[in-house]
Amino acid sequence: MSSTSTTSAGMPAAKPLIPLPSPTTLRGLMWQALLAAAVVLLGWWFYNNMLANMAARGLQFGFGFLGRSAGIPIGEAIIPYTPADTYQRALTVGLLNTLRVAVAGIALATILGIALGLARLSSNPLLRALTGGYIEVIRNTPLVLQLVFWHAIILQLPSVRQALNPLPGVFLSQRGLKLPVFLADEALASALLALLAAAILWIGLLRREAARQAATGERRSTLLPGLALLVALPLLSAALVGAPAWDWPELAGFNFQGGVTLSPEFFALLLGLVIYTAAFIAEIVRAGIQSVHKGQWEAARALGLPGGRIMRLVILPQALRVIIPPLTSQYLNLTKNSSLAVVIGYPDLVSVSNTSINQTGQAVEVISIFMAVYLIISLVTSLLMNLYNRAVALKER
Amino acid sequence: MKLTAFAAAAAAFLAFGPVEALAGRDLDQIRQRGVMRCGVQAPSNPGFGFPNAQGVWQGFNVEICRAVAITIFGDPNRVEFVPVTTQSRFPALASGEVDILSNNSTWTLTRDSNVNRFNFPAIVFYDGQSMMVPRRLNITSARQLNGATVCVQPGTTTELNLADYFRQHNMRFTPVVVADLDELRRAYDSGRCDVFTNDFAALAAQRTLLSRPQDHVILPERISKEPLGPVIRQGDEELTNIVAWTVFALIDAEEMGITQANVEQIAASSTNPIVRRLLGVEGNMGESLGAARADYARQIIRTFGNYGEIYERWLGERTPLGLERGMNRTWNNGGLLYAPPAR
Repeated sequence: MSSTSTTSAGMPAAKPLIPLPSPTTLRGLMWQALLAAAVVLLGWWFYNNMLANMAARGLQFGFGFLGRSAGIPIGEAIIPYTPADTYQRALTVGLLNTLRVAVAGIALATILGIALGLARLSSNPLLRALTGGYIEVIRNTPLVLQLVFWHAIILQLPSVRQALNPLPGVFLSQRGLKLPVFLADEALASALLALLAAAILWIGLLRREAARQAATGERRSTLLPGLALLVALPLLSAALVGAPAWDWPELAGFNFQGGVTLSPEFFALLLGLVIYTAAFIAEIVRAGIQSVHKGQWEAARALGLPGGRIMRLVILPQALRVIIPPLTSQYLNLTKNSSLAVVIGYPDLVSVSNTSINQTGQAVEVISIFMAVYLIISLVTSLLMNLYNRAVALKER
Repeated sequence: MKLTAFAAAAAAFLAFGPVEALAGRDLDQIRQRGVMRCGVQAPSNPGFGFPNAQGVWQGFNVEICRAVAITIFGDPNRVEFVPVTTQSRFPALASGEVDILSNNSTWTLTRDSNVNRFNFPAIVFYDGQSMMVPRRLNITSARQLNGATVCVQPGTTTELNLADYFRQHNMRFTPVVVADLDELRRAYDSGRCDVFTNDFAALAAQRTLLSRPQDHVILPERISKEPLGPVIRQGDEELTNIVAWTVFALIDAEEMGITQANVEQIAASSTNPIVRRLLGVEGNMGESLGAARADYARQIIRTFGNYGEIYERWLGERTPLGLERGMNRTWNNGGLLYAPPAR
């Protein structure tokens, strides 16, 4: 890119009065300009083509439909929704459903993936072989197939009337998992605040003990006092304000009423995404760990660190530099793969969008919306992961 | 405007530039291509449109499309069937991926209006939305369904009517919405839903595919009007006429007692001028319509029979669907089928 270096390399003796770029640089610039122009033209042509085609079919471009009443029923929604609400609200419900499954999926896939990656490197040959088999089978079959498979299996659970009842208030049937839930009241808010206070106190305790260990070399566990805080403070809140009320699921009419539901569609999608993505993450983790030089293990052992702490304090921090960039891609893949929800009927953004397109005829607008939304989700995920990557990157001093 | 010139050249080079608007554009395109693309319900809808063991599409809606192809080309085989889901059908039609939908689409104002810009030339089946429930629930009326979980196809009038019906009667329901009809039926069959809702005829068709059809009942309520018929894009009057008068020919033939078996004999011997005009023995009906042949109606009836024969072949009481004619009788038999006169 530097014009001075090519100039000095091409013509070492003569120094022009006006620093003209060399022919090579000029040619390069010309090609770049041409390419940029071609890309802009192509985009412009696509846009015009769209407008011309829409005009030819008498379609009008506009987002006015977002304010109209949607009329479409949606099976599960985090925010209150009825068919009388607008398309904007319906699409928001879809977006929140996408985010719900993506966030839960990323968290669970990471945990499972790291565990599998470590198991793949285990010294136990059986564990190694089992993990290897899992990874190869799951990575090499289509995700759609796996989703349909999990959905079909979940639908084989007992019917509502014969629901499994492993714990009081917990019901598992082909209508999903029913859990009791605390009602949002003052007692619940107070109990949550008490929990938060206990956590903060525990962190304070940890800091004090760390400082003490640094000063005296003596190591004391904070586990017992910490747990005691976590139990005692909420109990105190219950004694003062009262215990939070439960919303208990009960069989009434066709279904369970009350409590929260994890639908079979959500469950099948989450299960499918986690199991699929974890197989890829496992390979990334394995590669990352193997990329750390053997000398690091030997040095850590020479210092007398036990195996678990070598992994946690020496190997993983160095492996993370290799792991984070491909891990980001897997997070993005998981989020985008969640759009396969359409197949099993989970009302995610794409599913709601498809229905909206059909009811309104505004295909270009709705597709632009969901493209923009996926782009934003992906960019935010990348940004966060890049920030984390910078934090764990090799610091050159 | 060098940019425009360059873009035009690029468009010409890539050879898929903006489509020019002409009168009768859709019909011109179909004729130029030599084959009509007909959207049918994916993956299959027993009786109405389904691929047979050889993968050839068959059924009531399929024969309607083939009849239109006879009018346009004089050949029932110049149709390419494109399976579309309830969610993809209207975008497929709007974008020109298919020329005509023959998949039990309901005629509604929004679809017919300037929002979607479609056109419903004729009604081929009068239906109403129903609910199917397992017999063991002992439910006799849709009004007892408060709190039920309902399996429904997305992007349909069915979905909207369902929401309206429960709202109107102050009842709550949980929808399970799956685009793929097979996947949706499996969900109902396995017990994921208490109720399966669709148009009555489509429910009867789906019931034949359940693991134990006799264990399911269709409730008596018809919660909506569902006039079903082929759909095309707005703006091609000629194609509208061809589709409409193809359907009318089938209805007129039944009304006049012309069947697949006797059509040639009647054409040869009838002295009734109305019959002679319909069958193209006299007059120039085919030409005024823009059909490929003057005797297009005779050819359709020779190939498929009249409306009643097509109905009985795919949907009637001797088929697995076992549908009564009901509203779908000709007007002189107490039904709603009434075709304008071919003159």
